[in-house]
Amino acid sequence: MSFEIAIDHRIGDRPIHLRAQAGAGLVALFGPSGAGKTSILNMVAGILTPDNGRIAVDGETLFDSSAGIDIPVARRRAGYVFQDGRLFPHMRVRANLLYGRHGDAPLSFDAVLDFLGIGHLLDRWPATLSGGEAQRVAIGRALLSGPRFLLLDEPLSSLDPGRREEILTVIERMKRDLAMPMLYVSHDRYEVDRLADQIIAL
Amino acid sequence: MILSPEEWGIVTLSLRVSLVAVGLMLPVAFAFAWLLARWRFPGKLLVDALVHLPLVVPPVVTGWLLLVLFGANGPLGRLFEQAFGLSFMFRWTGAALASAIMAMPLMVRAMRLSIEGIDRRLEQAAQTLGAGRWRVFLTISLPLSLPGIVAGLVLGFARSIGEFGATITFVSDVPGETRTLPIAIYSALQLPGAEAAVTRLAVISILLSLGALVTSEALARRASGGRTNHVL
Repeated sequence: MSFEIAIDHRIGDRPIHLRAQAGAGLVALFGPSGAGKTSILNMVAGILTPDNGRIAVDGETLFDSSAGIDIPVARRRAGYVFQDGRLFPHMRVRANLLYGRHGDAPLSFDAVLDFLGIGHLLDRWPATLSGGEAQRVAIGRALLSGPRFLLLDEPLSSLDPGRREEILTVIERMKRDLAMPMLYVSHDRYEVDRLADQIIAL
Repeated sequence: MILSPEEWGIVTLSLRVSLVAVGLMLPVAFAFAWLLARWRFPGKLLVDALVHLPLVVPPVVTGWLLLVLFGANGPLGRLFEQAFGLSFMFRWTGAALASAIMAMPLMVRAMRLSIEGIDRRLEQAAQTLGAGRWRVFLTISLPLSLPGIVAGLVLGFARSIGEFGATITFVSDVPGETRTLPIAIYSALQLPGAEAAVTRLAVISILLSLGALVTSEALARRASGGRTNHVL
């Protein structure tokens, strides 16, 4: 099992319930806006604590309310690619990429530059990048942090249509080349049909 | 512009008092700013009010409170005397303390605004990349609040250079110890025929404050890698 998620959570008067077990490959969390998809990613990453439940990835328990387990965010080794990139504005691309550098990264620094085609951006400030460039740097930063699994939160939504194809191709290659559990949030049927090995509908 | 040795002494004393005041207040003000920006606790409103007190209370009253607390017979005055052999009365250290207290609200406000402006989601992103609390603080929160820290330093320095009421109430007007620029200007105005001296000291005051402002703008521009170009 890659992702085992059983959570109950309440944000204001909006309840989130999810019972899901997923196999290998890319698992899509699919549903309309406001269904709590991002909240679920945040709970897997450890940014948000569920009221109740259990979360495990690749057999390792990250959170279990009944057993009192709650691994801190920094030690969960989630490669989180946020919807809006969230590059650190006060660091150049190079420093952003190296921020979480970890020996267990699936690809070396040079391989990541090559894989994502971002070698020419190293000395740029994030504010000067296009949406597609910023998203590729964000993916590179997540990969270099030595993640055990990837969380992708609508990585295409802030891009114009021309750039979407570019990132879609990158994600397809990541699926193929890195045998790593991936949880992909989207509300777009086309993306999900194209990328997902398994779909969890909310 | 030619200054007499005595006037140079006034300028260097003012600089020393202001730099020590702002330097000592920096970590204290940042801690208050962080506390008020990031934490919820019972009595927060009271802490907020106490921090802002020197901004709203007449400076003479602040000076009197300092006298009560840090005077030779005040509880804190005795504590510092016994613990560190440090006395504030009629000394430049007292002038620095008064300046620091008067500068505190402005410094805290500038830093707090800047801390509140930090995108918390960047800190979360750093955590997901494996950074613990301290690393997140040192590499993300602190650099991103730098414009506010610089603004706080400039405002605090300018406030210190201009400090008059609390200082003269607390440590009086002692030449060479507590006679800072504003107090020297005020004293000179009491004497006939000192117009030239007053003009020189006033011009120095203006230049110091403008200098602080220009320096801070340059620092902020450099620290931000050219992304923002103003501090205040």
